[in-house]
Amino acid sequence: MYKGISFDLSEKQLLMQKLFREFSQQEVMPIAAEIDELERFPVETVEKMKTIGMLGIPFESKYGGSDGDNLTYILAVEELSKVCGTTGVILSAHTSLGANPIYTYGTEEQKLKYLIPLAKGEKLGAFGLTEPNAGSDAAMQQTVAVKDGDFYRINGSKIFITNGGYAHTYIIFAMTDKSKGTRGISAFIVDKDMDGFSIGKTEHKLGIKGSSTTELIFKDMMVPKENLLGPEGKGFAIAMSTLDGGRIGIAAQALGIAQGSLDEAVSYVKERKQFGRALSAFQNTQFTIAELQTKIDAARLLVYRAAYLKDMNKNYSSEAAMAKLFASEVAMETTTKSIQLHGGYGYTRDYPVERMFRDAKITEIYEGTSEVQKMVIASKILR
Amino acid sequence: MNILVLLKQVPDTTEMQIDKETGTLIRAGVPTITNPDDLAGMEMALRLKDSYGANVTCITMGPPQARNMLRELYSMGADNCVLLSDMKFSGADTWATSNTLAAYIKTVDYDLIIAGRQAIDGDTAQVGPQTAEKLNLPQVTYVDDIIDISKERIIVKKALENNYEIIESSLPCVITTLSTAAKPRYMTVKGISDAFTKEIKQVSFDDLEIDPTIIGLKGSPTKVKKTFTKEVHKNSDVLHLDGKTSARKIVETLLDLNFIGK
Repeated sequence: MYKGISFDLSEKQLLMQKLFREFSQQEVMPIAAEIDELERFPVETVEKMKTIGMLGIPFESKYGGSDGDNLTYILAVEELSKVCGTTGVILSAHTSLGANPIYTYGTEEQKLKYLIPLAKGEKLGAFGLTEPNAGSDAAMQQTVAVKDGDFYRINGSKIFITNGGYAHTYIIFAMTDKSKGTRGISAFIVDKDMDGFSIGKTEHKLGIKGSSTTELIFKDMMVPKENLLGPEGKGFAIAMSTLDGGRIGIAAQALGIAQGSLDEAVSYVKERKQFGRALSAFQNTQFTIAELQTKIDAARLLVYRAAYLKDMNKNYSSEAAMAKLFASEVAMETTTKSIQLHGGYGYTRDYPVERMFRDAKITEIYEGTSEVQKMVIASKILR
Repeated sequence: MNILVLLKQVPDTTEMQIDKETGTLIRAGVPTITNPDDLAGMEMALRLKDSYGANVTCITMGPPQARNMLRELYSMGADNCVLLSDMKFSGADTWATSNTLAAYIKTVDYDLIIAGRQAIDGDTAQVGPQTAEKLNLPQVTYVDDIIDISKERIIVKKALENNYEIIESSLPCVITTLSTAAKPRYMTVKGISDAFTKEIKQVSFDDLEIDPTIIGLKGSPTKVKKTFTKEVHKNSDVLHLDGKTSARKIVETLLDLNFIGK
């Protein structure tokens, strides 16, 4: 048998993809426009994803997971995002940012207590790193954790937290030693029921409107010392490596949005007639579609490669950044041109490309802007 | 409780085209699905398993690629899957198929057999009833709901054209289900993860005690001479009439053709 490189999904991955596609078409697509219009978090979809085991795809069943791999999880985000970018990011933030740090860095006790309910989908996860004055410059953390007996007393706030209003378990970063810079940042597992935890402002956004993006406020929040995730002072490294994984999820979201919008455009140009012919008969349409699908395929190869490297336990930091950088740009280009192919109708809310265009933009921004991705890629090349 | 579910992998007829020259179905490249009526039966079996605890065994007769369907059934929650596959079984009509299924079923324990009412490719609705006859079992067809079940008997709702019958039957028996009876559940991610580690039991001609003259193409009394699509004839008259006259003309024509009654 030919060995060296494979572009085929396994039989198992193909069956998983079939499940995610059917689920997305039947359960997610019908409400995508409504949750966007009403800015409504789709709790019922999260409940359905729980039922079929989508909230713990890449984790072992002994931790409540579904025994899948990272590529399978990526296929899920891609299929959801083809029809609804909001649902795609709910799954991505929960899995990559909420659950995965506990899976990777948690003690056995932390996994039993916090990972199992997340992987089973009984609880939703989120991740809090960004602050008003610490965006791309994440090292500028102003949230402070002070040791106080068997607890850490945490004060500060986080902004733009995906799943913020609906999560139960948060991975929160705070300064335990300001004098040490990034080596003074630590990670904590925070439960929303802890005293001193509250949810602040909910953002109103351009896109992914059904997702919950909120501020988190910590006022003398007492976190038990056994909720320290990883060693004290290792928080920044945990955040960066968690974001490496999260970027594959966002890249898959961008990929899904791109393919979803092109699929919409393709069916539209076959139906719509102008100058006595279907739009698909015009060479401009054909060339545009050919170029876009080629770019989407290229993005898909980058995204799947990054997920594959993660599954192989190889270094994937730079490849994940490339996947996100490229796939998010392809998502912007594809959604823009998909609207153009729809003409005036594409600018209305009667067609899903309008929503997809708004959803695409965030993929160039969150979990590291495109500029940050270039910093990650260049630093590996130039080191 | 041991439940056997009989299922068939069929071409997705919504994507089917007919070769106008030969009148046969173009099967190449057409995706296959699990027959919808059978999937409803599967869902009913799984609901019985959820409520009362049951062992659900899925049985199909078909070519080796039917394994793909059985993997999906494992992923939904089947406990065992059996594939009856042999060149000697192929080309069977309903009579030969039910002979083969019955020959295998005689070798296993069961309390209830659930089959889909009919397959979307053949639309005969014969395999379930024939299998029941050959196993000498009572049968209820067109089942829309299972109302109650105990160790010895089952009460079901059978759909008729305009109403329902409530029927009680002793167990074991065969019921055939409508696709509307139960919306099939999704596979689960964990189910798929595990499906590829589970064995699909393969049964061939040599494993069964069966007369070779009553199975497969040679054992099938049905001989298909030709399949074709009925042509639509369009012999239309064009009349130029005013509104009132044309309305009258339309009603008269519909009356003449018995599309509407007086």
